[in-house]
Amino acid sequence: MPIGAVLKNGLFVVSATMMLVVLYLVFMWVPTDNIQGTVQRIMYFHVPVAWVAFLAFFIVLVGSVGYLWKRTSKWDQLAYSAAEIGVLLTTLLLITGIIWAKPIWGVWWTWEPRLTTSLMLWLIYVAYLMLRAYSPPGDQGARYAAVLGIIGFIDVPIVYYSVKLWRTVHPQVIVGPAATGELDSSMRILLLIAAVTFTLLFVYLLTDRFSLRKSEDEVELARGLAESLR
Amino acid sequence: MTKFWPTVAALMWKDILLELRTRDIVISVLAFALLSLVIFNFALGPSPQITPVVAPGVLWVAFTFAGVLGLTRTFVLEKDQGNLVGLLLTPTSREAIYVGKMLGSLFFMLLAEIIILPVFAVLFNISPFRPELLLVILLATIGFASMGTLFSAIAVNTRSREIMLPMLFLPVVVPIIIGAVMASGTALEGGSWSDMVKSIQLIAVFDVLALVFSAFAFEHVLQE
Repeated sequence: MPIGAVLKNGLFVVSATMMLVVLYLVFMWVPTDNIQGTVQRIMYFHVPVAWVAFLAFFIVLVGSVGYLWKRTSKWDQLAYSAAEIGVLLTTLLLITGIIWAKPIWGVWWTWEPRLTTSLMLWLIYVAYLMLRAYSPPGDQGARYAAVLGIIGFIDVPIVYYSVKLWRTVHPQVIVGPAATGELDSSMRILLLIAAVTFTLLFVYLLTDRFSLRKSEDEVELARGLAESLR
Repeated sequence: MTKFWPTVAALMWKDILLELRTRDIVISVLAFALLSLVIFNFALGPSPQITPVVAPGVLWVAFTFAGVLGLTRTFVLEKDQGNLVGLLLTPTSREAIYVGKMLGSLFFMLLAEIIILPVFAVLFNISPFRPELLLVILLATIGFASMGTLFSAIAVNTRSREIMLPMLFLPVVVPIIIGAVMASGTALEGGSWSDMVKSIQLIAVFDVLALVFSAFAFEHVLQE
């Protein structure tokens, strides 16, 4: 087996094992939160997913800048792969957030700055994927996507600020107990372990998607050549 | 390379001349904005208490969606008649093409908005001709036009360009919409400058970023 495949399989085994360990720790080991109860356990998925989703979109930015600068397809393949995983993770982020919010805040959704920014982030990168699907293949589509990949990331802090400003003008319904309690030390450790696990899973998914994307592009290239020879 | 501003002026004049002969963009933007104002009246009910609360929101929904409609068209003609290739072959900088197209769109959008405003005033029983509101409209429309010109140049080369432009444009310009709705709400209530300085700053910062980034990115978008 080539060294890359060994590493990838190793990454898969490690992240899958750690995921099982995290599941055990979340449900069996860590103490139940005395204010929020069992629902709080969703945090060990929600927070790591948020972190990894943000990492994914940062990699989209890096790949996009790299592509516009160097014009080599590996940068574009990196950005595209990260965007797909980022959208998946943001979907999970929104869903776990909504599930947590109902029992704790009493509402499924509130236009809180972090929630709203996550939703806008999700919409921007869904548009990114749509743009990839509807653009002409090859360099042109990659350039368009790279431009959006950069704008999308720059836009995030401005959206966050604007939603915060907007909320100061429109007073909100006061929702449930604030979830800003001190974290128990075991909770903090578990959160860290979960974050590492999700990061490893993300790296595995990214390398897998990246190599698949590379093969797809090669097939596309070969097909183009075959067409032109016919 | 030809000089920057004469090129920009020539491009703008070309678009204005074309618009004077066809009246495509301004008429469609106007009709659409007018219709959305009327539909909002039915959707929200005729009660006089609700009107001042929703008026700024209604105004900006009408402006935003009508603006998207107009922006869709800015590159369609260039593309379909093969004009864009011709433009790219001339010895002009991409920035000049961007600024020319952007100022053209800005002009048409502002023109449509100035015509809509009195209709809005009549239908919603408010007096909108305040310098504060006009400044907000100008700043927000600069942001729309600068971001929209870039996205329009992208969307025109995609399949189903009519849906692609709003998908790209709307999530990114959310800060402008938020700032504009807040500032116009304050302006329509007769609030002072100090109440709206934060939202105006927000729009202005967005405008600067959008202009600088789009002028830079346009070069990467327009390579055939």
